[in-house]
Amino acid sequence: MERDETIGDLIAADDVLLFVNAAITSTGQREFHSDAGEQHLSLDFLHAYMLGNYRPLYAGVLALDINDHNAARIIRGLLRTAGEAAPEQRPREGRLIAAKLAAMPPQRVYALFADLRRDRVNNRRTRAIIRDWLAARPDPAFDAVKYRGGLKSVLRHTHLPPITAELGAFLFAPGTRARYAAPLLETWRRAHHEQSALYELPYTVAEGLAAKHGIPRARFLERAAGSMTRLETLRLQKAAGAAVRTDLAAMPLTRLASYVLGLPPDERAGRRAELTAALRTAAGRAAGAHRGRWGKVAAVLDDSYSAHGSGAKRRRPLAVALACHYLLAAVAGQYTALWTSGRTDALLVRPHGATPLGHRILDALESAPERLVIVSDGWDNAPPGLAGEVLRIWRTRLDPDRRTSVVHLNPVYDAADFDVRRLAPTVPTAGIRDAEDLPALVELAQFAEGRTGIEELTSYLAARAAHLLEPRP
Amino acid sequence: MTVRSPAALDLTGLRTLPSQVWGGIRLVPLVREEPLTDLRLHPRFFGDGAGPVLGHVAVAPRTAYTAYIPHAFVATWTRDGSPAAAYGTQLSTAGPAGPPEHTVRLHLHRRLARREDRDRLRFLPLHLALEGYLALHFGGPSVMWEEWSRRAAAKGLSPRTEEAYTGAEVAGLADALRVFEIHPGQCGVLLHTGDTLAAAFVVPHPEDYRLLHPTLVQDLFGELVHHHALFAGPLPDFRARIPGPGIGSLADLRAAAQEEERRWARFHDATMAAGLLGPAYTWQRVYRMGRFTLSRFLPAFVPKEENHIGETITDERGRTAYLKTFRLSETQVRRGHLLDRLAAQDWHLGATAAAMGLREGELGLRLEHAGFGALLRQDVLDRYRKENRRRAERS
Repeated sequence: MERDETIGDLIAADDVLLFVNAAITSTGQREFHSDAGEQHLSLDFLHAYMLGNYRPLYAGVLALDINDHNAARIIRGLLRTAGEAAPEQRPREGRLIAAKLAAMPPQRVYALFADLRRDRVNNRRTRAIIRDWLAARPDPAFDAVKYRGGLKSVLRHTHLPPITAELGAFLFAPGTRARYAAPLLETWRRAHHEQSALYELPYTVAEGLAAKHGIPRARFLERAAGSMTRLETLRLQKAAGAAVRTDLAAMPLTRLASYVLGLPPDERAGRRAELTAALRTAAGRAAGAHRGRWGKVAAVLDDSYSAHGSGAKRRRPLAVALACHYLLAAVAGQYTALWTSGRTDALLVRPHGATPLGHRILDALESAPERLVIVSDGWDNAPPGLAGEVLRIWRTRLDPDRRTSVVHLNPVYDAADFDVRRLAPTVPTAGIRDAEDLPALVELAQFAEGRTGIEELTSYLAARAAHLLEPRP
Repeated sequence: MTVRSPAALDLTGLRTLPSQVWGGIRLVPLVREEPLTDLRLHPRFFGDGAGPVLGHVAVAPRTAYTAYIPHAFVATWTRDGSPAAAYGTQLSTAGPAGPPEHTVRLHLHRRLARREDRDRLRFLPLHLALEGYLALHFGGPSVMWEEWSRRAAAKGLSPRTEEAYTGAEVAGLADALRVFEIHPGQCGVLLHTGDTLAAAFVVPHPEDYRLLHPTLVQDLFGELVHHHALFAGPLPDFRARIPGPGIGSLADLRAAAQEEERRWARFHDATMAAGLLGPAYTWQRVYRMGRFTLSRFLPAFVPKEENHIGETITDERGRTAYLKTFRLSETQVRRGHLLDRLAAQDWHLGATAAAMGLREGELGLRLEHAGFGALLRQDVLDRYRKENRRRAERS
């Protein structure tokens, strides 16, 4: 009996880790090696499997840094089958869902609510969760203007009363009032016939109205710069010219890396000082308490052709590698970076050539680092399987006392294997979405080494859940 | 790769690197340590006006280099702007855009012509290419080929012609080429389907390769290749395996890794590519320009073995600068055999029939069944038919 339980536990721990990797990396979009359909099919299976077999753990995964796509899927699955939850699990599940929703961007939450409506999920718990989330929104008028369709559909679905009567009129009977008391709603009304009012609205709303008024794009962008969100300014920086200036250093690290990779090489070389400084600042911020405390670190970073991702996730794997490069430089005392192409100038990196991971790992081990971090999609092809052999022999023959800790971070979900591709059984592999999560992932990766059982994993998930649920200032 | 007897292919200077596998397709990259810079694709490939770019510096239009145009490359070579295909691979001086000497004008449907994307690299689509290819190798007249192209473009293939498939129909080839990671310095590829060698493709310069890599999809493959790709399951990777004992340091490990790569290259060249690199070919020198020689080669047409037909450009020492091969299917081997016999007897039907122990009428009909009916005059063919019918009635 005792023994059976252990094997079952190991399988459970394995399944959960596999699912966590998938939930961190896959967004159901096309990847370099598989199309969107395969990704969806694979992900659908994992979600159904986890929900059916490990419901409490499935909910617990919400506390980890999984991506919003999978967080929304988990919440959808939990709410759809709300009746199947054990009574003692219900409060915890509800609190986890509420905490995750509060952390998600509002447009994602409204999309999730629309999905729930489509699934015809309208149980009491769902209504309660939606009610609480809406009540916690800081500015109902803002939501009503920016997410008009989403809010309207959610109120229709749940039969919740609008926060104020005026909001109800705004959503469901526009044009019935000559004047609104809430300033933003009033601006919205005026913007329909007064061009100057438009620029006080959120950018996405203003864009539509600008088209209606026939305002030239250049003039509109120049004046709308103030109402853009941080990522909107980043996206529109090029189109808008000098009018829109964003503080690059304030951007999240991986997002910034993506932006840098989107620039042509000449421009990257020309703005070298500015871009490098911004990347370093962002990395320093992401490093936080880990800054400079990791000792001697070597990294093998994949810039092979497959790192260019797909049309849907353009250069994503490479952006993650580039961001990891700057983050590791920040957390390490002494740092060596090895790109698979042999390139040494990280700023000008581009997806190109084959993946000689094995040879690069050998180069990295040469410097006898304390930690070796490999960021790659795991398609080791020059020659295939060499990385695994090198790591195996290193671990079993050359470094049996584990002076060097090796971890493989993989930004790409492999739909066919229901997991991220691994390099070797002796090396822990973890999925990675944003480079900012790297320290937490290195922590998580130790579970993937197969030495830790379900109990440690459960307590880890519990600790993360407690962290998520603790009240924030 | 090793030097072989003069009659075999010589791929000196090209190094075999580890293969990349996708489903039933295996692509083996060939890398040149020193790319050839004095033989490049015709400027036409690089868009109008611009020459090839060498190391990000555009070559001045007058710089002397020899240009080549692969077989069946379609462009508007003619003055009136109608498309034409290069007939046989050709060498030319790299004038701004001098047309190749031998082209075949294409008589396409108006609808087809309109659909053509002006800027895309295009090759004949490409049963036509092989028809022309076989005829070309046996000195068939290019006028005949034009007749073929007109007929086939208007009506599609006659059911007599054996099947050929464009790369787009070879299962998984498009995906395999898309996910293939081109090595720096890569100048060629050997394509295996179901682990049998299907085609070899070598160019003088990595940038030419980069440009032509996607066009392999539009290329033509015999039914053998198609079936192999369709029915082969996912192929195994030749994964590196390093035995643990005996490795005491990183240097040992590195040496073992390098040995592993060399072992694969040896195995591949001696075993997997033996059907291409091993046998001797019959060579026909077509053209010389500067230090380069364009030749075509024919296999021995041995039934039930690998038979590759191809064109190559070699330098003064016989090393391959450009190579393109097609693997012939069994039917094609039989057809090649017939043509081979005919060519040996100076295309005299009577003499060939006698040499093969057939009657002249039988040979004529065999030619027709093999799809070469168009080679024979209609009245001659009718005479053969009548003769055979009479015989059948008599017996």
